[in-house]
Amino acid sequence: MIQASPILALDNVSKVFGHADRPVYAARSVSFALHPGRTLALVGESGSGKTTAARLIMREYQPDAGQLLFRGTPLGKGDAKALKAYRASVQMVFQDPFSSLNPVHTVRYHLERPLRLHQPRLDGAGRTAAIEELLARVKLDPALVMAKYPHELSGGQRQRISIARALAVNPQVIVADEPTSMLDVSVRLGILNLLNDMKAELGLALLYITHDIATARYVAEDIMVMYAGQIVEWGAMESVLGDPRHPYTRLLLSAVPDPDRPFAETPPDSELSRIETIRRQSALPQPEIQQVAENHFIRPIP
Amino acid sequence: MSDPVLSIRSLNIDYVGSDTDFHAVRNVSFDIAPGEFFGLAGESGCGKSTIAFAVSRLHRPPALIRTGSQILVGGRDVLALDDEELRRFRWREVAMVFQSAMNSLNPVLTVEEQFYDVLRAHGKITREAARARAAELLKLVDISPDRLTSYPHQCSGGMRQRVVIAICLALNPKLLIMDEPTTALDVVVQREILQRIDKLRKELGFSVLFITHDLGLMVQVSDRIGIMLEGELVEVNQARTIYTDPRHDYTRRLWASMPKLHGAQIRQESAP
Repeated sequence: MIQASPILALDNVSKVFGHADRPVYAARSVSFALHPGRTLALVGESGSGKTTAARLIMREYQPDAGQLLFRGTPLGKGDAKALKAYRASVQMVFQDPFSSLNPVHTVRYHLERPLRLHQPRLDGAGRTAAIEELLARVKLDPALVMAKYPHELSGGQRQRISIARALAVNPQVIVADEPTSMLDVSVRLGILNLLNDMKAELGLALLYITHDIATARYVAEDIMVMYAGQIVEWGAMESVLGDPRHPYTRLLLSAVPDPDRPFAETPPDSELSRIETIRRQSALPQPEIQQVAENHFIRPIP
Repeated sequence: MSDPVLSIRSLNIDYVGSDTDFHAVRNVSFDIAPGEFFGLAGESGCGKSTIAFAVSRLHRPPALIRTGSQILVGGRDVLALDDEELRRFRWREVAMVFQSAMNSLNPVLTVEEQFYDVLRAHGKITREAARARAAELLKLVDISPDRLTSYPHQCSGGMRQRVVIAICLALNPKLLIMDEPTTALDVVVQREILQRIDKLRKELGFSVLFITHDLGLMVQVSDRIGIMLEGELVEVNQARTIYTDPRHDYTRRLWASMPKLHGAQIRQESAP
């Protein structure tokens, strides 16, 4: 998508579920790249394949076709050592801060565990110093939260702990899957600002997965729109939002709540049916990608 | 303004504790006019759902509505209803679409049986008449009568949500309360459902009390909006005005913390 060398790239990755005679493409020929110091937003409705993309990156799923490239090298299966190194470089922040932390362990335990695993040479004092630094980075007071259990923290504080836990292994890539959708408006902004700071200060590559396009515009330079397992439109944020070319992107943008204008009418059934074609013809060859602006592409409807 | 459908006066609701009470709703008063779409906004824990539940007296201990509070629906004092009156009042006067209502259908009953359940509980009706009424109600929400024989799991999330709304409208309520009705749906389906509700309230004349944390959506669909902060109603105004010209500092800070879809992006270091 962009020049320069990416840290992580998906190259024509597909993931298929269901029977061979009725395949469901959760991801179909998905390609994108993550670059240091940049955020790429992945948007789409529920079931469009956003989380499948995250799971492919996290190696929870093996691709059925295509490959993942880490620093330009294809990732093979089953090499435990390489996988551990990969895990230290690619971390995830989950949607639900209420279930992603273990209720029976303190904040200290949550942050100490990745340190023990990935920095075995660090002694107790070193780990404590590292935990304090992590908490300061996510703007929490170590003295106040270190000994606390998850239930003693607010949703926003918990999400900050999740982010600190992801940062504990000095990752280069962070995949954040709907990290703010369960938080209140005011708390949400704090987490988005934190993601922006991490990107700028640590030079992280971020994949920001969301259905909230307004927050995507706040944190990301680039955007991909996913529908029925395929990325249908992608490119520079302002280009895609300002001049959407794919019928699905237009539909999605017209339906996004926006206090600055009244609701647009739902398009006629013929238009919706045309978009549905993408899902229905998922087994047929895909149309060629079209470039519509300098950094703006679509995959048209077959 | 004609007589309000809902009139709330000096509503105080506490969650009673062993040592101290938590004041969830503090001295809240507002009216909803016939046919009006009223939005109640605020962050988690501000008391908006507590109010929604209290209107049909669905609040449960330790929630306690304090003496002196008044909830009038069509001029009737809801807090004074006895059990039988309350049973008749619910659904007939005020119907409620709950959060993630698409999961509030009974999984082992067909759509038709769920309609029959409501219609029979509130009046004598034959199976045939109930089926005809159910088909008519499904048509209102743009669902084919073929679906009467479906089970909930055979319908999509959006379709289940529309079935719930159709069931809520079965007894022609004066007021429809919707607590985060579309939170679990994608935006395309959400728009479709809210536009449908908007059309129906204009045709059938019911009022809507709409609760959501999505403030952008609330501005788009509501006639008037009330903003709640820590149990208090801090500002009530026309939807457009409250967005373009907020008077309360908290309202201003809420808008300032919402990222924008176009134009100049918000700049803010701290949260409200």
